[in-house]
Amino acid sequence: MIAIINYGVGNLFSIKRSLEYIGCDSVITDDGKVIRQADHIILPGVGAFGDAVLKLRATGLDATAKEQAARGVPLLGICVGMQMLFDESLEYGTHEGLHLIPGQVVRIEAGEGLKIPHIGWNALEILRPHPVFQGVGEGAHVYFVHSYHAACAAEDVIARTDYGIPITAAVARENVVGCQFHPEKSGNTGLRILKNFSQM
Amino acid sequence: MITKRIIPCLDVRDGRVVKGVNFAGLNDVASPVELAGYYSSQGADELVFYDITASSDGRKIFTSILEKTASQVFIPLTVGGGISTLEDFERVLNCGADKVSVNSGAIRDPGLISRAAEKYGSQCVILSVDAKRVNGRFTVFAKGGREDTGMDAIEWIRQGVALGAGEIVLNSIDTDGVKHGFDLEMLKMAVEAVSVPVIASGGAGSMEDFKELFQKVPTVDAGLAASVFHFGEIRISELKTYLRKSGINVRIEEENNDD
Repeated sequence: MIAIINYGVGNLFSIKRSLEYIGCDSVITDDGKVIRQADHIILPGVGAFGDAVLKLRATGLDATAKEQAARGVPLLGICVGMQMLFDESLEYGTHEGLHLIPGQVVRIEAGEGLKIPHIGWNALEILRPHPVFQGVGEGAHVYFVHSYHAACAAEDVIARTDYGIPITAAVARENVVGCQFHPEKSGNTGLRILKNFSQM
Repeated sequence: MITKRIIPCLDVRDGRVVKGVNFAGLNDVASPVELAGYYSSQGADELVFYDITASSDGRKIFTSILEKTASQVFIPLTVGGGISTLEDFERVLNCGADKVSVNSGAIRDPGLISRAAEKYGSQCVILSVDAKRVNGRFTVFAKGGREDTGMDAIEWIRQGVALGAGEIVLNSIDTDGVKHGFDLEMLKMAVEAVSVPVIASGGAGSMEDFKELFQKVPTVDAGLAASVFHFGEIRISELKTYLRKSGINVRIEEENNDD
Protein backbone atom coordinates (compact mmCIF):
# COMPACT_ATOMS: atom_id res chain seq x y z
CA MET A 1 0.00 0.00 0.00
CA ILE A 2 1.26 3.46 -0.96
CA ALA A 3 0.27 6.31 1.37
CA ILE A 4 -0.25 9.67 -0.35
CA ILE A 5 0.13 12.25 2.40
CA ASN A 6 -2.82 14.62 2.50
CA TYR A 7 -2.08 17.89 4.27
CA GLY A 8 -4.63 20.02 2.45
CA VAL A 9 -2.54 21.19 -0.47
CA GLY A 10 -3.49 20.56 -4.06
CA ASN A 11 -5.35 17.93 -5.93
CA LEU A 12 -4.19 14.44 -5.00
CA PHE A 13 -6.66 12.53 -7.11
CA SER A 14 -4.54 12.51 -10.25
CA ILE A 15 -1.71 10.84 -8.32
CA LYS A 16 -4.11 8.28 -6.90
CA ARG A 17 -5.69 7.65 -10.30
CA SER A 18 -2.35 7.14 -12.01
CA LEU A 19 -1.36 4.62 -9.33
CA GLU A 20 -4.68 2.83 -9.78
CA TYR A 21 -4.07 2.73 -13.53
CA ILE A 22 -0.75 0.91 -13.09
CA GLY A 23 -2.27 -1.47 -10.55
CA CYS A 24 -0.85 -0.04 -7.30
CA ASP A 25 -2.98 0.18 -4.18
CA SER A 26 -2.85 3.60 -2.63
CA VAL A 27 -4.63 5.68 -0.05
CA ILE A 28 -4.89 9.45 0.36
CA THR A 29 -4.49 9.96 4.08
CA ASP A 30 -3.74 12.37 6.89
CA ASP A 31 -3.61 9.59 9.46
CA GLY A 32 -0.15 8.97 10.91
CA LYS A 33 -1.07 5.38 11.73
CA VAL A 34 -1.94 4.63 8.10
CA ILE A 35 1.27 6.27 6.91
CA ARG A 36 3.31 4.20 9.38
CA GLN A 37 1.76 1.02 7.98
CA ALA A 38 2.38 1.93 4.34
CA ASP A 39 5.27 0.34 2.51
CA HIS A 40 5.72 3.38 0.26
CA ILE A 41 5.02 7.05 0.91
CA ILE A 42 4.35 9.86 -1.57
CA LEU A 43 4.71 13.46 -0.47
CA PRO A 44 2.88 15.63 -3.02
CA GLY A 45 2.81 19.40 -3.18
CA VAL A 46 1.76 22.36 -5.28
CA GLY A 47 1.75 26.11 -4.77
CA ALA A 48 4.18 28.05 -2.64
CA PHE A 49 6.78 26.23 -0.51
CA GLY A 50 6.19 28.27 2.66
CA ASP A 51 2.46 27.66 2.70
CA ALA A 52 2.89 23.96 1.91
CA VAL A 53 5.48 23.30 4.60
CA LEU A 54 3.45 25.19 7.22
CA LYS A 55 0.40 23.07 6.45
CA LEU A 56 2.44 19.87 6.53
CA ARG A 57 3.95 20.81 9.93
CA ALA A 58 0.52 21.70 11.29
CA THR A 59 -0.55 18.09 10.70
CA GLY A 60 2.58 16.71 12.36
CA LEU A 61 2.99 14.42 9.36
CA ASP A 62 6.41 15.88 8.53
CA ALA A 63 7.78 14.00 11.55
CA THR A 64 5.96 10.81 10.53
CA ALA A 65 7.40 10.99 7.00
CA LYS A 66 10.90 11.56 8.37
CA GLU A 67 10.65 8.68 10.82
CA GLN A 68 9.47 6.31 8.14
CA ALA A 69 12.16 7.47 5.73
CA ALA A 70 14.76 6.82 8.45
CA ARG A 71 13.38 3.30 8.77
CA GLY A 72 14.06 2.74 5.08
CA VAL A 73 10.53 3.12 3.72
CA PRO A 74 10.76 4.46 0.13
CA LEU A 75 9.60 8.09 0.07
CA LEU A 76 8.83 10.00 -3.15
CA GLY A 77 8.42 13.77 -3.10
CA ILE A 78 6.71 15.31 -6.12
CA CYS A 79 7.14 18.95 -7.23
CA VAL A 80 6.90 21.08 -4.05
CA GLY A 81 6.89 17.76 -2.17
CA MET A 82 10.32 17.12 -3.66
CA GLN A 83 11.48 20.61 -2.73
CA MET A 84 10.41 20.00 0.89
CA LEU A 85 12.93 17.15 1.16
CA PHE A 86 15.73 19.75 1.30
CA ASP A 87 17.05 21.91 4.15
CA GLU A 88 15.38 25.13 3.10
CA SER A 89 13.72 27.15 0.36
CA LEU A 90 14.20 30.79 -0.54
CA GLU A 91 10.73 31.20 -2.07
CA TYR A 92 9.21 34.38 -0.54
CA GLY A 93 11.52 34.41 2.48
CA THR A 94 13.45 31.53 3.98
CA HIS A 95 11.51 28.41 4.96
CA GLU A 96 12.86 25.31 6.62
CA GLY A 97 12.37 21.97 4.89
CA LEU A 98 12.60 18.38 6.12
CA HIS A 99 16.43 18.05 5.91
CA LEU A 100 16.21 14.64 4.26
CA ILE A 101 18.58 15.71 1.48
CA PRO A 102 21.10 18.53 2.01
CA GLY A 103 20.50 21.53 -0.20
CA GLN A 104 18.55 24.66 -0.85
CA VAL A 105 15.61 25.47 -3.12
CA VAL A 106 16.34 28.57 -5.20
CA ARG A 107 14.64 30.53 -7.96
CA ILE A 108 15.41 29.41 -11.51
CA GLU A 109 17.75 31.90 -13.17
CA ALA A 110 16.74 30.94 -16.67
CA GLY A 111 18.64 31.77 -19.80
CA GLU A 112 17.81 34.92 -21.72
CA GLY A 113 14.33 35.09 -23.21
CA LEU A 114 13.13 32.06 -21.24
CA LYS A 115 9.96 32.29 -19.24
CA ILE A 116 9.43 31.69 -15.55
CA PRO A 117 7.68 29.47 -14.52
CA HIS A 118 9.22 26.62 -16.46
CA ILE A 119 6.00 25.06 -17.83
CA GLY A 120 5.79 22.18 -20.24
CA TRP A 121 7.49 19.02 -21.42
CA ASN A 122 11.25 18.86 -21.16
CA ALA A 123 13.80 16.08 -21.71
CA LEU A 124 15.36 14.12 -18.87
CA GLU A 125 19.11 13.83 -18.83
CA ILE A 126 19.70 10.84 -16.59
CA LEU A 127 22.96 11.38 -14.74
CA ARG A 128 23.17 8.09 -12.96
CA PRO A 129 21.24 4.84 -13.09
CA HIS A 130 18.53 4.56 -10.48
CA PRO A 131 15.72 2.02 -10.02
CA VAL A 132 13.05 4.69 -10.76
CA PHE A 133 14.52 5.13 -14.25
CA GLN A 134 14.44 1.44 -15.14
CA GLY A 135 13.16 1.25 -18.74
CA VAL A 136 13.06 5.04 -19.14
CA GLY A 137 14.98 6.13 -22.22
CA GLU A 138 17.56 8.90 -22.25
CA GLY A 139 15.85 12.10 -23.39
CA ALA A 140 12.36 10.96 -22.38
CA HIS A 141 10.10 13.95 -21.80
CA VAL A 142 8.30 14.75 -18.56
CA TYR A 143 5.96 17.56 -17.54
CA PHE A 144 7.22 20.43 -15.38
CA VAL A 145 5.48 23.38 -13.72
CA HIS A 146 7.73 25.32 -11.34
CA SER A 147 9.67 28.53 -10.72
CA TYR A 148 12.12 27.20 -8.10
CA HIS A 149 14.42 24.21 -8.13
CA ALA A 150 16.95 22.46 -5.91
CA ALA A 151 20.57 23.52 -5.61
CA CYS A 152 22.26 20.52 -4.03
CA ALA A 153 25.30 18.24 -4.18
CA ALA A 154 25.89 16.61 -7.56
CA GLU A 155 25.94 13.18 -5.91
CA ASP A 156 22.24 13.52 -4.98
CA VAL A 157 21.07 14.57 -8.46
CA ILE A 158 19.98 11.61 -10.58
CA ALA A 159 18.51 13.58 -13.51
CA ARG A 160 18.47 17.11 -14.77
CA THR A 161 16.86 19.00 -17.61
CA ASP A 162 18.03 21.90 -19.73
CA TYR A 163 16.27 25.25 -19.52
CA GLY A 164 19.07 27.54 -20.59
CA ILE A 165 20.67 26.43 -17.32
CA PRO A 166 20.66 22.89 -15.90
CA ILE A 167 17.55 22.33 -13.77
CA THR A 168 17.46 19.67 -11.06
CA ALA A 169 14.83 17.23 -12.34
CA ALA A 170 15.18 14.31 -9.92
CA VAL A 171 17.16 13.58 -6.76
CA ALA A 172 17.77 10.49 -4.67
CA ARG A 173 19.53 9.65 -1.44
CA GLU A 174 19.13 6.02 -0.38
CA ASN A 175 15.37 5.36 -0.10
CA VAL A 176 14.38 9.03 -0.48
CA VAL A 177 13.56 10.14 -4.04
CA GLY A 178 12.26 13.43 -5.42
CA CYS A 179 10.88 14.45 -8.81
CA GLN A 180 10.57 18.12 -9.69
CA PHE A 181 8.30 17.13 -12.60
CA HIS A 182 4.85 15.57 -12.29
CA PRO A 183 5.09 11.84 -13.08
CA GLU A 184 1.29 11.58 -12.80
CA LYS A 185 1.01 14.00 -15.75
CA SER A 186 3.93 12.75 -17.82
CA GLY A 187 2.30 10.11 -19.99
CA ASN A 188 3.89 6.66 -20.28
CA THR A 189 7.25 7.86 -18.98
CA GLY A 190 5.66 9.16 -15.79
CA LEU A 191 3.62 6.02 -15.24
CA ARG A 192 6.78 3.98 -15.66
CA ILE A 193 8.59 6.05 -13.03
CA LEU A 194 5.69 5.62 -10.57
CA LYS A 195 5.60 1.88 -11.25
CA ASN A 196 9.35 1.68 -10.66
CA PHE A 197 8.99 3.58 -7.40
CA SER A 198 6.27 1.20 -6.24
CA GLN A 199 8.71 -1.65 -6.75
CA MET A 200 11.58 -0.07 -4.78
CA MET B 1 15.12 22.32 -23.86
CA ILE B 2 11.43 22.86 -23.38
CA THR B 3 9.34 21.50 -26.24
CA LYS B 4 6.62 23.19 -28.28
CA ARG B 5 3.26 21.78 -27.26
CA ILE B 6 0.52 20.47 -29.55
CA ILE B 7 -2.89 20.70 -27.93
CA PRO B 8 -6.11 19.24 -29.34
CA CYS B 9 -9.34 20.80 -28.13
CA LEU B 10 -12.50 18.72 -27.70
CA ASP B 11 -15.85 20.48 -27.80
CA VAL B 12 -18.22 18.52 -25.59
CA ARG B 13 -21.99 18.90 -25.60
CA ASP B 14 -24.19 16.72 -23.40
CA GLY B 15 -21.31 14.34 -22.83
CA ARG B 16 -20.49 13.83 -26.51
CA VAL B 17 -17.77 15.27 -28.72
CA VAL B 18 -19.30 17.51 -31.34
CA LYS B 19 -18.86 16.10 -34.85
CA GLY B 20 -15.98 13.95 -35.93
CA VAL B 21 -14.80 11.23 -38.22
CA ASN B 22 -13.77 7.65 -37.60
CA PHE B 23 -10.21 6.92 -36.67
CA ALA B 24 -8.83 3.44 -37.00
CA GLY B 25 -8.95 1.72 -33.63
CA LEU B 26 -11.50 4.08 -32.19
CA ASN B 27 -14.89 2.54 -31.58
CA ASP B 28 -16.83 5.61 -30.63
CA VAL B 29 -15.54 8.83 -32.15
CA ALA B 30 -18.02 10.90 -30.17
CA SER B 31 -16.83 9.55 -26.82
CA PRO B 32 -14.63 12.19 -25.18
CA VAL B 33 -12.96 9.52 -23.06
CA GLU B 34 -11.97 7.40 -26.06
CA LEU B 35 -10.91 10.36 -28.16
CA ALA B 36 -8.81 11.78 -25.30
CA GLY B 37 -7.04 8.43 -24.94
CA TYR B 38 -6.46 8.29 -28.67
CA TYR B 39 -4.98 11.79 -28.81
CA SER B 40 -2.80 11.06 -25.82
CA SER B 41 -1.42 7.89 -27.41
CA GLN B 42 -0.71 9.91 -30.56
CA GLY B 43 1.48 12.25 -28.53
CA ALA B 44 -0.82 15.16 -27.65
CA ASP B 45 0.96 17.21 -24.97
CA GLU B 46 -2.16 18.40 -23.24
CA LEU B 47 -5.91 18.24 -23.80
CA VAL B 48 -8.53 20.95 -23.64
CA PHE B 49 -12.11 19.97 -22.89
CA TYR B 50 -14.49 22.71 -23.81
CA ASP B 51 -17.95 22.37 -22.28
CA ILE B 52 -20.54 23.82 -24.65
CA THR B 53 -23.46 22.37 -22.72
CA ALA B 54 -26.14 24.81 -21.76
CA SER B 55 -28.19 22.76 -19.29
CA SER B 56 -27.29 21.78 -15.72
CA ASP B 57 -27.94 18.12 -16.56
CA GLY B 58 -25.37 18.44 -19.34
CA ARG B 59 -22.94 19.92 -16.79
CA LYS B 60 -23.27 16.83 -14.60
CA ILE B 61 -22.63 14.54 -17.55
CA PHE B 62 -19.61 16.68 -18.46
CA THR B 63 -18.01 16.34 -15.04
CA SER B 64 -18.52 12.59 -14.98
CA ILE B 65 -16.90 12.36 -18.43
CA LEU B 66 -14.03 14.47 -17.14
CA GLU B 67 -13.58 12.18 -14.17
CA LYS B 68 -13.49 9.12 -16.40
CA THR B 69 -10.96 10.73 -18.74
CA ALA B 70 -8.73 11.79 -15.86
CA SER B 71 -8.56 8.20 -14.65
CA GLN B 72 -7.25 6.98 -18.00
CA VAL B 73 -5.28 9.83 -19.54
CA PHE B 74 -2.16 11.05 -17.77
CA ILE B 75 -1.25 14.30 -19.45
CA PRO B 76 -2.39 17.77 -18.34
CA LEU B 77 -6.11 18.41 -18.77
CA THR B 78 -7.56 21.88 -19.21
CA VAL B 79 -11.25 22.61 -18.90
CA GLY B 80 -13.07 25.62 -20.24
CA GLY B 81 -16.60 26.71 -21.02
CA GLY B 82 -18.98 28.51 -18.71
CA ILE B 83 -16.47 29.13 -15.91
CA SER B 84 -17.60 32.19 -13.97
CA THR B 85 -17.10 31.48 -10.27
CA LEU B 86 -14.66 29.83 -7.87
CA GLU B 87 -17.27 27.11 -7.43
CA ASP B 88 -16.93 26.34 -11.15
CA PHE B 89 -13.17 26.00 -10.65
CA GLU B 90 -13.71 23.71 -7.68
CA ARG B 91 -16.19 21.55 -9.57
CA VAL B 92 -13.90 20.78 -12.51
CA LEU B 93 -10.69 20.56 -10.47
CA ASN B 94 -12.30 17.97 -8.22
CA CYS B 95 -13.07 15.89 -11.30
CA GLY B 96 -9.47 15.81 -12.43
CA ALA B 97 -8.82 19.01 -14.39
CA ASP B 98 -5.32 20.43 -13.90
CA LYS B 99 -5.99 23.85 -15.38
CA VAL B 100 -9.11 25.89 -15.88
CA SER B 101 -9.61 28.35 -18.69
CA VAL B 102 -11.69 31.48 -18.22
CA ASN B 103 -13.02 33.71 -20.98
CA SER B 104 -16.33 35.60 -20.77
CA GLY B 105 -16.48 34.95 -17.01
CA ALA B 106 -13.25 36.90 -16.53
CA ILE B 107 -14.42 39.72 -18.81
CA ARG B 108 -17.50 40.17 -16.61
CA ASP B 109 -15.48 39.80 -13.43
CA PRO B 110 -11.69 40.22 -13.83
CA GLY B 111 -11.31 39.61 -10.08
CA LEU B 112 -12.12 35.95 -10.80
CA ILE B 113 -8.60 35.59 -12.21
CA SER B 114 -6.93 36.89 -9.06
CA ARG B 115 -9.18 34.97 -6.67
CA ALA B 116 -8.58 31.73 -8.57
CA ALA B 117 -4.83 32.32 -8.83
CA GLU B 118 -4.62 32.99 -5.11
CA LYS B 119 -6.59 29.87 -4.25
CA TYR B 120 -5.23 27.37 -6.78
CA GLY B 121 -2.01 28.97 -8.03
CA SER B 122 -1.34 30.80 -11.29
CA GLN B 123 -0.38 27.57 -13.05
CA CYS B 124 -4.03 26.58 -12.77
CA VAL B 125 -5.55 29.69 -14.35
CA ILE B 126 -5.58 30.11 -18.13
CA LEU B 127 -6.98 33.25 -19.67
CA SER B 128 -8.57 32.45 -23.00
CA VAL B 129 -9.16 35.42 -25.28
CA ASP B 130 -11.15 35.60 -28.52
CA ALA B 131 -9.92 38.58 -30.51
CA LYS B 132 -10.67 40.17 -33.85
CA ARG B 133 -9.42 43.09 -35.93
CA VAL B 134 -11.77 46.05 -35.56
CA ASN B 135 -10.74 49.43 -37.01
CA GLY B 136 -7.06 48.58 -37.13
CA ARG B 137 -6.68 47.09 -33.65
CA PHE B 138 -7.38 43.81 -31.92
CA THR B 139 -10.55 43.82 -29.89
CA VAL B 140 -11.77 41.28 -27.33
CA PHE B 141 -15.01 39.49 -28.09
CA ALA B 142 -17.14 37.82 -25.43
CA LYS B 143 -19.80 35.12 -25.48
CA GLY B 144 -18.09 32.79 -27.92
CA GLY B 145 -17.09 35.59 -30.27
CA ARG B 146 -20.54 37.10 -30.60
CA GLU B 147 -20.18 40.28 -28.58
CA ASP B 148 -17.63 43.05 -29.18
CA THR B 149 -16.48 44.31 -25.77
CA GLY B 150 -14.45 47.17 -27.26
CA MET B 151 -11.53 46.16 -25.02
CA ASP B 152 -8.04 46.11 -26.52
CA ALA B 153 -6.89 42.47 -26.70
CA ILE B 154 -3.22 43.08 -25.96
CA GLU B 155 -4.11 45.31 -22.99
CA TRP B 156 -6.53 42.66 -21.69
CA ILE B 157 -3.87 39.96 -21.91
CA ARG B 158 -1.45 42.17 -19.98
CA GLN B 159 -4.07 42.85 -17.35
CA GLY B 160 -4.94 39.16 -17.09
CA VAL B 161 -1.32 38.22 -16.46
CA ALA B 162 -0.99 41.01 -13.88
CA LEU B 163 -4.05 39.59 -12.13
CA GLY B 164 -2.45 36.14 -12.00
CA ALA B 165 -3.22 34.21 -15.20
CA GLY B 166 -0.46 31.63 -15.70
CA GLU B 167 -0.96 31.04 -19.41
CA ILE B 168 -2.80 32.71 -22.29
CA VAL B 169 -4.79 31.05 -25.05
CA LEU B 170 -5.18 33.57 -27.85
CA ASN B 171 -7.80 32.69 -30.43
CA SER B 172 -8.04 34.80 -33.55
CA ILE B 173 -11.61 35.08 -34.80
CA ASP B 174 -10.27 36.34 -38.15
CA THR B 175 -8.27 33.20 -38.87
CA ASP B 176 -10.45 30.71 -37.00
CA GLY B 177 -12.07 28.23 -39.37
CA VAL B 178 -10.29 29.69 -42.41
CA LYS B 179 -7.51 27.07 -42.25
CA HIS B 180 -4.89 29.32 -43.81
CA GLY B 181 -2.61 29.49 -40.81
CA PHE B 182 -2.44 31.07 -37.38
CA ASP B 183 -2.73 34.83 -36.85
CA LEU B 184 1.00 35.50 -36.68
CA GLU B 185 0.63 39.27 -36.48
CA MET B 186 -1.56 39.14 -33.40
CA LEU B 187 0.49 36.36 -31.77
CA LYS B 188 3.73 38.33 -32.20
CA MET B 189 2.19 41.24 -30.32
CA ALA B 190 0.96 38.92 -27.56
CA VAL B 191 4.27 37.14 -26.91
CA GLU B 192 5.99 40.52 -26.68
CA ALA B 193 3.39 41.84 -24.26
CA VAL B 194 3.55 39.10 -21.61
CA SER B 195 6.13 36.79 -20.09
CA VAL B 196 3.86 33.78 -19.47
CA PRO B 197 3.30 31.02 -22.04
CA VAL B 198 1.11 31.94 -25.01
CA ILE B 199 -0.91 29.23 -26.77
CA ALA B 200 -1.90 30.00 -30.37
CA SER B 201 -5.39 29.10 -31.51
CA GLY B 202 -7.39 29.57 -34.67
CA GLY B 203 -6.43 28.95 -38.27
CA ALA B 204 -4.48 25.69 -38.37
CA GLY B 205 -5.23 23.94 -41.65
CA SER B 206 -2.06 21.99 -42.36
CA MET B 207 1.15 20.75 -40.80
CA GLU B 208 2.95 23.65 -42.53
CA ASP B 209 0.82 26.09 -40.55
CA PHE B 210 2.23 24.72 -37.29
CA LYS B 211 5.78 24.88 -38.65
CA GLU B 212 5.25 28.47 -39.74
CA LEU B 213 3.82 29.34 -36.32
CA PHE B 214 6.83 28.03 -34.40
CA GLN B 215 9.36 29.39 -36.87
CA LYS B 216 7.90 32.88 -37.28
CA VAL B 217 6.84 33.35 -33.66
CA PRO B 218 9.63 31.42 -31.93
CA THR B 219 8.55 32.38 -28.41
CA VAL B 220 5.01 31.07 -28.76
CA ASP B 221 4.69 27.96 -26.61
CA ALA B 222 1.97 25.85 -28.13
CA GLY B 223 -0.46 25.42 -30.98
CA LEU B 224 -4.05 24.50 -30.27
CA ALA B 225 -6.55 23.19 -32.80
CA ALA B 226 -9.78 21.24 -32.91
CA SER B 227 -11.20 20.36 -36.30
CA VAL B 228 -8.00 19.47 -38.17
CA PHE B 229 -7.26 16.83 -35.57
CA HIS B 230 -10.83 15.82 -35.10
CA PHE B 231 -11.57 15.33 -38.79
CA GLY B 232 -8.35 13.38 -39.21
CA GLU B 233 -6.82 15.97 -41.56
CA ILE B 234 -3.73 16.05 -39.38
CA ARG B 235 -2.55 13.14 -37.27
CA ILE B 236 -0.72 14.36 -34.19
CA SER B 237 1.97 11.68 -34.45
CA GLU B 238 2.70 12.66 -38.06
CA LEU B 239 2.65 16.35 -37.19
CA LYS B 240 5.23 15.84 -34.48
CA THR B 241 7.53 13.79 -36.69
CA TYR B 242 7.22 16.49 -39.35
CA LEU B 243 7.96 19.30 -36.88
CA ARG B 244 10.95 17.48 -35.46
CA LYS B 245 12.35 16.98 -38.98
CA SER B 246 11.87 20.71 -39.54
CA GLY B 247 14.10 21.42 -36.55
CA ILE B 248 11.33 22.22 -34.09
CA ASN B 249 11.73 20.68 -30.66
CA VAL B 250 8.71 18.52 -29.87
CA ARG B 251 8.06 15.55 -27.61
CA ILE B 252 7.57 12.15 -29.21
CA GLU B 253 5.63 9.89 -26.82
CA GLU B 254 7.75 6.97 -25.64
CA GLU B 255 6.55 3.44 -25.62
CA ASN B 256 7.39 1.70 -22.38
CA ASN B 257 10.02 -0.94 -22.69
CA ASP B 258 11.30 -3.47 -20.24
CA ASP B 259 15.04 -3.49 -20.73
